[in-house]
Amino acid sequence: MSSVPAEASRAADRAAAANAAMLEVRDLTVTYALERGTVTAVDRVSLDVEPREFVGIVGESGCGKSTLLFAIANLLGGPAAITGGSVLFKGRSLVGLTDSQLAAVRWKDLSVVMQSAMNALNPVMSIGAQFKDAMRAHGTTSRQEIADRSAEVLKMVGIDPAHLKSYPHQLSGGMRQRSMIAMAMLFTPDLIIMDEPTSALDVVAQRSLMAQIKDLQEQFGFAVVFVTHDMSLVSHYSDRLMVMYAGQVAELGRTRDVFDDPLHPYSAGLLEAFPSIRGPKVRLTGIPGSPPDLSREYESCRFAPRCPQVMERCKTTPPDLYQVEGRLVRCLLHEDGRNSAVAEGAAAPAAEDVRSEP
Amino acid sequence: MTEQAAASPGPITADAAAPLLRTDRLSKHFKIGNALSRKTLHAVDEVSLTIGERQIVALAGESGSGKSTIARLLARIYTPTGGEIYFQGTPLSHMRSRGDRLRYSSDAPMVFQDPFASINPVFRISHGVLRALKLHRPELSPDERYAEARRVFEVVGLTPADQALQRYPHELSGGQRQRVGFAQALAMRPKLIIADEPVSMLDVSIRIGLLNLMAQLRDEQGVSILYITHDIASARYVADRLIVMYAGQIAEAGPVEEVLGNPRHPYTQLLVSAVPDPRAEPHIGAETDRGEPPKVIDPTPGCRFRWRCPLAIDICQTVTPELAQLAPDHDAACHVAQSGAEVRAFS
Amino acid sequence: MAMMPVSTTTGPGAPPEVAPAPGPARRGARPALSRILRAVRSNRKATVGTALLVIFILLALFPGVIAHDNPSAEIYQRSLGPSGAHLLGTTALGQDIFAQAIWGTRQVLIIAIGVGLFSTAIAVVIGVAAAYLGGWWDGGLSLLTDVLLVIPLFPLLIVIATYVQNAGTLVLVVVLTLTGWSYTARQLRAQALSLRNRDFLEAARVRGERRFYIIMVEIIPTMTSLLVASFLTNALYAVLFGSSLQFIGLGDPNSNSWGTMLYWAENNEALQTGQYLWTIVPGVLILLLGASFALINYAFDEIGNPALRPVRRKTRVKRAS
Repeated sequence: MSSVPAEASRAADRAAAANAAMLEVRDLTVTYALERGTVTAVDRVSLDVEPREFVGIVGESGCGKSTLLFAIANLLGGPAAITGGSVLFKGRSLVGLTDSQLAAVRWKDLSVVMQSAMNALNPVMSIGAQFKDAMRAHGTTSRQEIADRSAEVLKMVGIDPAHLKSYPHQLSGGMRQRSMIAMAMLFTPDLIIMDEPTSALDVVAQRSLMAQIKDLQEQFGFAVVFVTHDMSLVSHYSDRLMVMYAGQVAELGRTRDVFDDPLHPYSAGLLEAFPSIRGPKVRLTGIPGSPPDLSREYESCRFAPRCPQVMERCKTTPPDLYQVEGRLVRCLLHEDGRNSAVAEGAAAPAAEDVRSEP
Repeated sequence: MTEQAAASPGPITADAAAPLLRTDRLSKHFKIGNALSRKTLHAVDEVSLTIGERQIVALAGESGSGKSTIARLLARIYTPTGGEIYFQGTPLSHMRSRGDRLRYSSDAPMVFQDPFASINPVFRISHGVLRALKLHRPELSPDERYAEARRVFEVVGLTPADQALQRYPHELSGGQRQRVGFAQALAMRPKLIIADEPVSMLDVSIRIGLLNLMAQLRDEQGVSILYITHDIASARYVADRLIVMYAGQIAEAGPVEEVLGNPRHPYTQLLVSAVPDPRAEPHIGAETDRGEPPKVIDPTPGCRFRWRCPLAIDICQTVTPELAQLAPDHDAACHVAQSGAEVRAFS
Repeated sequence: MAMMPVSTTTGPGAPPEVAPAPGPARRGARPALSRILRAVRSNRKATVGTALLVIFILLALFPGVIAHDNPSAEIYQRSLGPSGAHLLGTTALGQDIFAQAIWGTRQVLIIAIGVGLFSTAIAVVIGVAAAYLGGWWDGGLSLLTDVLLVIPLFPLLIVIATYVQNAGTLVLVVVLTLTGWSYTARQLRAQALSLRNRDFLEAARVRGERRFYIIMVEIIPTMTSLLVASFLTNALYAVLFGSSLQFIGLGDPNSNSWGTMLYWAENNEALQTGQYLWTIVPGVLILLLGASFALINYAFDEIGNPALRPVRRKTRVKRAS
């Protein structure tokens, strides 16, 4: 990925461009400065999110997806900081803005739904009071306006407005998550980022929450970036899917493509790790091993130690992101840009074989 | 049919034909509220289940269904408010002496959910296994104990065992720690392992390894496992039988393929329809159930699912349904299903 | 959390291998010791506090190496100022102040460490038992703790010390211990309560361990950082209150300690007659010893809880070129 020119001319380019991507993440790198060394949690990740698009980011613990999200929303703190790349939201960089400049953007154009509502909601304030807080912080002062809008967003997510007086612990888990989403929608932002909003919920509540989110998205037209470890959950709702591993993008493409034909062995392994509830019962293997230690540099593919299709080259050459039929894959099996379905088996260097195909 | 293995050696009083574990109308109620308003939470109500030898029985349900309470009742962390638990024919309430209790805790140990909280961080991971061996197999010498610890570590796949035994918990991954939990249970030569959501806190790609380990323990070590989970897809993968719980009661029970392939209780149908399947055709059902399982406080008689059930009839409001057999080895507690009508509540 | 990388994969489906440790497998205390040394070196408060404490311990162990004079001998000229022969001058009774200060370290440290150890021992047993056993045990033990906590400390000490009269080292240790354990007992009980429902304790119960074993072997070792903090708190308390008791004359006036120096100085109106060093020297020493305990206590908090550490970023934020 090429480097980014100065911000001013960039903004001008954007203004001139017809279909500006809502969110442009380019080569973003986030590191944690810890005692035992620097940990690169996010390594040169690039992503574009178009208006009205639903993008899912999938990965397991330690892959950097939550860190990526926080970096985009400019919520990094403490030892974590962006040490490379850029994040442009509607053409403007969010990094380097002052708090008051950020406040103008936050919640009005971009809002965030956190993982656990019990942690994100203030336990000693009623829901209504928290909505009022949020609205006051962004300039709405009329009591009538606040009351009306609070009731309106609660109704949007299917909660009785009488619950404005309730405290978070009085609501069930599903209702709490919904009120988080309602709060995120107070100013009908253009982009809502969600960090595993369903992980604390049971399967039935999960499904209804996802359906609700999709429904709201189609109604109000905002874009969604949805981070989860549950690939099957996001599969039915997202337009595009990004699979992350060890801080890098492993695969990025249209959801259906990634599901029907995963190109990266990790994506394939992840899909395989979900036992099916219908269809024949097969013995699955999962992906044995653990993710690599991110405080070290790697001159190899980070997935090589666990990869069922590993080749000798994988241990000495770190793969770039290769374009394959409109998708991006970080795997040497697809180095030449063709969908090398021939790469079942370990030793054969895929490049020559594929070139021999007609 | 429930597998009845040949009588295995056990306490002299064991009834040879009895299943490994059986509960009879087991209940557990908790008093909540303060002195001014005493209420009773019915965590488990009148649960009668059976676990056979060399079987993996999945106990599935959402939060609040009572499944974790049942695990703790079986592990004797809680004492039942009503009903009885029979282990190899002997009721648990008759096991009062320390010797009896020790023997039972080695026959039916528990594996916990949280790999990061279930091992004492101060000691090496050999600590729990060695203590278990010291308590339950006192006839072993220290060298024999160590050899046995090495053996169970190898069985669960923590190799090389000698090095693994020297590790501290923070040096292990979540999946490895859960294997330590199983090793501790195995060291006691159990007949039944009570596994309380052993994989829910692990990464998805690691879960399969643990589930395969459970199947291997059943096949090679002859151990039965009660697998408590909220994830029915994993229940299907590893279990022989499935028991679905709702609001403290059993909704449906039977062989896992039968229950999932042909669910008779509306709640089971709802659960099955809600499981996202990446390989299935995407469909967003227009009618999505929004309800959540109730907290059962001072309940009135009647089916506890009636508020969410599209098929509820008059009798559902007044009479609590009992588990009844609807097909060979397939029970469900639903008035509508028991009346013979076809139950098709959620697609 | 640094996880052990898997050494090899032996094909899909193979169970995870536990890789060999970097370096020889260590046993028991040695990794803990090296961790502590590293932590002390990296944290400024810990370094200063520990250095001070080490100096005091050396002084207590080998006082004769530095101070050659006999501290009790009233043989010198009285009320001398500092000089080559008497680094800090002499007292109105003809004793060498420097010798007194150095030799006095021993008694103060014995009291501090003795009280620290014994009060912490009592506090942990009572606090953790109350938390883990619950019910009537908790009620009774907490009542005992709270009653002792509520009684005003200094008047109580004065009453006891007056009754005993001329309290020597042992008596002081006993008195300070019996009145001082209740404060840290409450803290230890609170922490034990929060640990009570941890899964590994339930796992120990299910394994069949007896309750006493669980308290001693499973709970208390996980509370080491709070135990060290309790020890340091109690030691600090002993230094200050022990010296105060001696200062008001309830200690043994013939013993050799900073508190008794203050007593005699006060008796002889040292400040009013211009013999400042006689009062200031023991006062400053008490302050330094107390500070060393307090510094180490703060540092332990930071070491134990990374969230409290000051964030020092080693790399600056770079813009992409």
